[in-house]
Amino acid sequence: MERTTIRRRLTWQVGTVTDVRRETATARTLVVDVPDWPGHLAGQHLDVRLTAPDGYRASRSYSVASAWPGDTIELTVEQVPEGEVSPYLVDVLQVGDPLEIRGPVGGWFVWKPEQEGPVQLIGGGSGIVPLRAMLRAHAAAASTTPVRLLYSVRRPASVIYVQDLKELAASDDVDVRLVYTREAPAGEPRVGRIDADVIERLAFKPADEPTTYVCGPTPFVEAVADLLVAAGHDPARVRTERFGPTGGP
Amino acid sequence: MGIVSPGFSGRRRSGSELPPGQYLTRDFPVLSAGPTPHIRTEHWEFTVTTETGEATKWDWAALLALPADEITKDIHCVTRWSKLETNWKGVSLDTLLADVETSADYALVHSYGGYTTNVPMDDLLDGQAWIAYEYDGEPIDPEHGGPARLLVPHLYFWKSAKWVRGLVLSDNQDLGFWETAGYHEYGDPWKEQRYAGD
Repeated sequence: MERTTIRRRLTWQVGTVTDVRRETATARTLVVDVPDWPGHLAGQHLDVRLTAPDGYRASRSYSVASAWPGDTIELTVEQVPEGEVSPYLVDVLQVGDPLEIRGPVGGWFVWKPEQEGPVQLIGGGSGIVPLRAMLRAHAAAASTTPVRLLYSVRRPASVIYVQDLKELAASDDVDVRLVYTREAPAGEPRVGRIDADVIERLAFKPADEPTTYVCGPTPFVEAVADLLVAAGHDPARVRTERFGPTGGP
Repeated sequence: MGIVSPGFSGRRRSGSELPPGQYLTRDFPVLSAGPTPHIRTEHWEFTVTTETGEATKWDWAALLALPADEITKDIHCVTRWSKLETNWKGVSLDTLLADVETSADYALVHSYGGYTTNVPMDDLLDGQAWIAYEYDGEPIDPEHGGPARLLVPHLYFWKSAKWVRGLVLSDNQDLGFWETAGYHEYGDPWKEQRYAGD
């Protein structure tokens, strides 16, 4: 497995929320200005810490949705039912508020523009977030590496980054395909999960030697990673990240 | 440094004793870096290699033939979930290492699929670590590390390597997979040693 050495002490920094964007009924993107941000790789995550007036604290990890350099820090947060931190980030936090951040963290689920070979991204639901950072990094670097995104969503209204994905899909080097599991838009007859047939038709072939990044809820990631291995992809080239109410890096 | 998050009150949990920054879950979340390896027990092997290169191997039948412990422990994941009183069955590393001649200070744990993690020998002995093969009375699911995983529950759970296939003992501390990627080399949840330098 590839090794990336990032060993330095991470300290909490106070950022300021400069913009918020509603993505779906349950997800919101926060744009955060952090004065001394050391930069991050596409796919890395960071920790957010909230502090109540009596000093009580709660922290969670979130993938960074933006590329560096080229973007500000963006976090897209999906509200977890019964969650403690995500409802605050999705519904309460306002432009101008401070937000404590520590990171970046994680050296495995990352894409670097100088990396060899095509890139296959496969996201389920809010698992699109670190993949979007990779797409942004690809665009920022004007990379000609072929990239394919397979994005599994329940219905059209669940798509995060609608506008961004439309723009990215216009690039010759990026192929964006949506898979609808519950309800498809008009003109898109297929409704169903990513299966062996979808992988066969829309993903890079094992012979293309892609590096594949799979992110989403655990059952999604397990199913897709198993399909890839069954289709002949080298498990060592399949990198996974599991999201969910209790997921993190 | 201290700020207050405007409008945040939080949800304090009462009753259970959790390490700092952790919250309780009743699920059993999964965290791994790649596809789940599916290892058949007839192909499974566990190898301990000492600092002098001496190797000792057990196959599945040999593992099951050893005296096993029923273990009930709280587990703490660096992604902040904790699960209380999880039930396992497995063979203590005290038993496995009883006849292994070594004075090594460190072990690098190796897994099927290529995962590694480093653990000091002092944390693997004296009833602190097991090769577990049952969870809640059933064989461990592949996605939770079956057929066998290391269980070293007093450290963050990434140290409890899934799909374990061996230990390489050494006088030096070689860092493992997450430790090389910025996570803490030791990982004590009670000291909140999540990332390098914590």
